Amino acid sequence: MKVYRRLVIPYIVWISLLIVVPMLLIVLYAFTTTGSNTIVPIHFTLEHFKRFFEPVFLQVLWQSLKIALITTVICLIIGYPLAYIISRKSEKMQTFLILLVTIPMWINMLIRTYAWISILSDVGLINGFLAKFGLGPIKMLYTDFAVVLGMVYNFLPFMIIQIYTVLSRMDNSLIEASYDLGANRRQTFMKVVFPLSLSGVISGITLVFLPAVSTFVIPQFLGGGQYILIGNLIEKQFITQGNWNFGSAISLIMAALIMVSMHLTNRVDQTVDNDRPSKKVKEA
Amino acid sequence: MVGIKKHKGLSFAGMFAMLAFFYAPILVMIVFSFNDSRSLTNFTGFSLQWYETLFNNREMMAAVQTTIAIALISTFVSTIAGTLAAIGLSDSKPLVKQVVLTINNLPIMNPEVVTAISLMILFTAFKVPRGFVTMLIAHIAFSIPYVILTVLPKLRRIDPNLTDAAMDLGATPSQALTKIIIPQIMPSVISAALLAFTMSFDDFVISYFVTGNGVKNISIMVYTMSKRLNPSINALSTIMVLVVTVFLVVINVVPMLNKNSAKRIKV
Repeated sequence: MKVYRRLVIPYIVWISLLIVVPMLLIVLYAFTTTGSNTIVPIHFTLEHFKRFFEPVFLQVLWQSLKIALITTVICLIIGYPLAYIISRKSEKMQTFLILLVTIPMWINMLIRTYAWISILSDVGLINGFLAKFGLGPIKMLYTDFAVVLGMVYNFLPFMIIQIYTVLSRMDNSLIEASYDLGANRRQTFMKVVFPLSLSGVISGITLVFLPAVSTFVIPQFLGGGQYILIGNLIEKQFITQGNWNFGSAISLIMAALIMVSMHLTNRVDQTVDNDRPSKKVKEA
Repeated sequence: MVGIKKHKGLSFAGMFAMLAFFYAPILVMIVFSFNDSRSLTNFTGFSLQWYETLFNNREMMAAVQTTIAIALISTFVSTIAGTLAAIGLSDSKPLVKQVVLTINNLPIMNPEVVTAISLMILFTAFKVPRGFVTMLIAHIAFSIPYVILTVLPKLRRIDPNLTDAAMDLGATPSQALTKIIIPQIMPSVISAALLAFTMSFDDFVISYFVTGNGVKNISIMVYTMSKRLNPSINALSTIMVLVVTVFLVVINVVPMLNKNSAKRIKV
């Protein structure tokens, strides 16, 4: 039944025009130099990539990776226990709690981040409260702390939901078997529950780390105009500096970085998958 | 026993802290949208003045209209186009399918800002003036891949014999499509449409780069206003939070009620 095959043709034309050509244009811009933002005449060059390896820009890359890593670790440390607690509740309670975790994700991210400005600001809610006791003001807005807080706030639900999904599907008889065989709570968790939940942990890490590396809204709102992560650097090249060639080169570097790290996490995920006891049993 | 009790207390405290963390900023926003002064620290009295400012602000109202118009049109177009493409794809040769799906995945895996600048460069290179139309095209472009990924798994599970039988009995391919295939995949088409709508409604990064000519959606407006605090943004946010919450409660509760009534009928 091949009658519907033709239906895909318009989409092939569409993706060529709106996905393939735009990506090629980024590559073209990254490797060429032009006076203004026109494509002709083309001069090939590697200067934009070379420029990225200047200390100023490497510092930005380092800072972005650092902040994203800290965010991911915090999300994992807070998210795992919460996902675990939710997965131990009654079924109705689980649905309810997961709905509560999901609702904020449906609310516009800019609005939720904007809300933090009025809480953290020097004249904001927390400092206003402290002032009543003659304390403060503590500088919170426009610091690393505020940026990490904003990222954890935005991305924690992804971590919780990924880990919860795996934990809630886990076969309970495995845990019971572990207790029956004499393991205590800690042993059961370390040797049965945690290894079995690793695939959720890995997809949670991916879903937190990737947007955290590339976001430019959160650093702009909570880090202030001078706070530059790699996403802000790209934004500035395109919106205010007008250096599209350099901007394209940075984007390519970031995209490559992300593709590589996704590939690596997929590999880890597969190894974990192969080591899974349930799979081995099935294969045997 | 004491250990278990302590554990329960800890888990309750954890849940409570999590919900407070998630909802405190939203709650603060809602409360201060009713404040009768500009202050963010003191609630000086109840007032609806920020709502009045909001509804009288032509720029904000225009942004709301743009957001809704783009979300509706892009959902409509991308759901239909994506569903048809998915049906075509499920019928295609493995190689075609693999290549198309790989390209389809690019905008999903790429950081949003990269997709955004790629479209910005595209529109500039082809001298398309940036504004409402480019924003709409971009929204359709980033929604279709998600529609396809939502609909395709469902298409794999439907029985091809039904379609074949319909055609053996004299249905034309397009009749078989609308009477046999579409009804079977309808639930996933609806969830694809919901996904497309919310993604378009909340989008900032891509809209920000491909717009021009003063066309703004709600996210772009919040972004440009973030420099100084404006309580009417709190008012707008409160309305949006309310709409989203009601909507989510409805889609989560209605199926439960339906299930209950279905049970009753069975009994």
